[in-house]
Amino acid sequence: MDQFLQLTVAGLGTGMIYALAAVGFVIIYKASDVINFAQGDLLLFGTYLIFFSLVQIGLPWTVGVLLTMLVAAGIGVAVERTVLRPLIGEPIISMIMVTIGLSSVLRAVVHAIWGPQPRTFPSFLPEGEVMLGSAVVSADRLVAIPLALALLAGLALFFRRTRSGIAMRAIADDQQAALSMGISIPRVFATAWALAAVTAAIGGIMLGNIVGVTPNVAQIGLRVFPVVILGGLDSIRGAVVGGAIIGLLEFYAGGYIGHGLNLIIPYVVLIIVLMVRPYGLFGKEIIERV
Amino acid sequence: MESGVFHTDYRTDMGLRRVPAERLRLGLFAAALLVFPFLASPYWLNLANQIAIATIGALGLNILVGYTGQVSLGQGAFMAVGAYTSALLTLRLGLPWGVSIVAACFATAAVGVFFGLPSLRLKGLYLAISTLAAQEIVEWVVTHWPALTGGVEAVVVPAPRLFGQRLNTDFGFYWLGIALAGATALFTANLFRSRIGRSFVAVRDQDIAASVIGVNVFGTKLLAFATSSFFVGLAGALTAYYRNIISWERFTLETSVLYLAMIIVGGLGTIRGSLFGAALITLLPAMIATAGRELQQSAPAVAALLPSVQQAAFGLVIILFLVFEPEGLSKLWRNVKDYFYVWPFAYRRGEGR
Repeated sequence: MDQFLQLTVAGLGTGMIYALAAVGFVIIYKASDVINFAQGDLLLFGTYLIFFSLVQIGLPWTVGVLLTMLVAAGIGVAVERTVLRPLIGEPIISMIMVTIGLSSVLRAVVHAIWGPQPRTFPSFLPEGEVMLGSAVVSADRLVAIPLALALLAGLALFFRRTRSGIAMRAIADDQQAALSMGISIPRVFATAWALAAVTAAIGGIMLGNIVGVTPNVAQIGLRVFPVVILGGLDSIRGAVVGGAIIGLLEFYAGGYIGHGLNLIIPYVVLIIVLMVRPYGLFGKEIIERV
Repeated sequence: MESGVFHTDYRTDMGLRRVPAERLRLGLFAAALLVFPFLASPYWLNLANQIAIATIGALGLNILVGYTGQVSLGQGAFMAVGAYTSALLTLRLGLPWGVSIVAACFATAAVGVFFGLPSLRLKGLYLAISTLAAQEIVEWVVTHWPALTGGVEAVVVPAPRLFGQRLNTDFGFYWLGIALAGATALFTANLFRSRIGRSFVAVRDQDIAASVIGVNVFGTKLLAFATSSFFVGLAGALTAYYRNIISWERFTLETSVLYLAMIIVGGLGTIRGSLFGAALITLLPAMIATAGRELQQSAPAVAALLPSVQQAAFGLVIILFLVFEPEGLSKLWRNVKDYFYVWPFAYRRGEGR
């Protein structure tokens, strides 16, 4: 039972970070139909930016987090303007490859500036361990769960209540109708990338708190795919639920079965979902059938 | 007056090489290939061998992605199947290398069909993501089944011999490499002049229309996966014999991305492009590394950035080609050719490749 509780907290904590990465992915996909293979590298940027502002400049953490989010938004907009804009309407393989190229460039920039060695920054999530009944769970993961959930709820509110959030949903629904209502598609695409970069940066900040600042953070970008396919590619709720499920499955498989099974279980789930229910748990039931 | 190519009988119109200039160019290229190993240093010979292997792999991937339109991120996994099958057949069962390479090609084709099965239900990005899963699963099997594959340890492959000569030297392998690359290119060129190849292209362009005119879409897709994987397996098996040592690190998702970059940069759905792309993507990091060695004395700080520069250059090449010349190097080559075609006139009527 103790082990179960520990694994659950750890799995949910990791799952919520997956969810943050996945939400950015979903926002971009919903708005512009682009599959972003550079999501993990946006996370990586967030991790190093917070390290830069906290350790190398020495800002207080509140300012550091704000600065990181601001810079991340800038990167998102710049990427959309320079790389994605010229490719609107190109075939899917071009979209995939351009974000892969982007991921390569982003990773190279991080590597050139900060080098390969792992770093740390003073954690601002509570450290140490907490007793939950008789189970010992790490405090930072426990705190990460409500924090991420609050953020995701805020995002959901943004999509429901604000002007640009509704504009984004309108474009996802029908570009032409949205255009004729006076919504600027370029601006919405830019907003989508900025938003995705910001959520990724927040994920990166949390990840940096939990596992430290290393180039490996980018590998989370691949974990996003099982999450979004399970949850449904165009569903934010799906990204949260999918993140939680994949995170839990990983930790249960690793904890109870072992043999490195935690590395592969997300992909097995992915294949099964694709064969049985390609639109995922909450996705729209339109899929290109063959 | 019109200038251009005008065929007067069917035989020349349907020929593989339609103009004398093309035959001449091909002859010159072949002659250069024959002379090259006697003049080149081992360093360049090594690069040429890598390009030969990459060309075979890129042609294989191009059959699937460029000609049939099925996006695959599983290239690395398929190469791993080819490499490990041929290596283990020679190592464990003592089969001669020629036999085990052929067996590896067929084994990879079979695995390719298996992982191609999702393509019957999925397309576009869903298929891309399912091949990504295939890549991860094969990689996991290789690293977690030590009894068969040696796990994370490297496997040492016995040296192949022909007429008493070791073939895994740079000079010996060169002949094997270019012969097989040439054969693969010839096969691919002829494939897409045949009914089967045309049906691949039909499925790429419009699968519903293809099925209306009597193409069996499912069968065609699986056949495309099989044909493609066959050559990808060949590239993998050749890697194993050339390197002597194989380990899973050579066949990761990065390999898949590398090969996709080759066919994007070279030109999707062209044979020439597969060669150009393989050459560019192989030479680019090598050239940057050479430049870095030059800088070692004068600017050590810049030389230290080398890995980042290589990675950034790789990404930039992909992005720049996609943004400015989506049809790749083969289109650039055609532009140059077209320019000289009617030189000194500025333009011409009619088509001509």
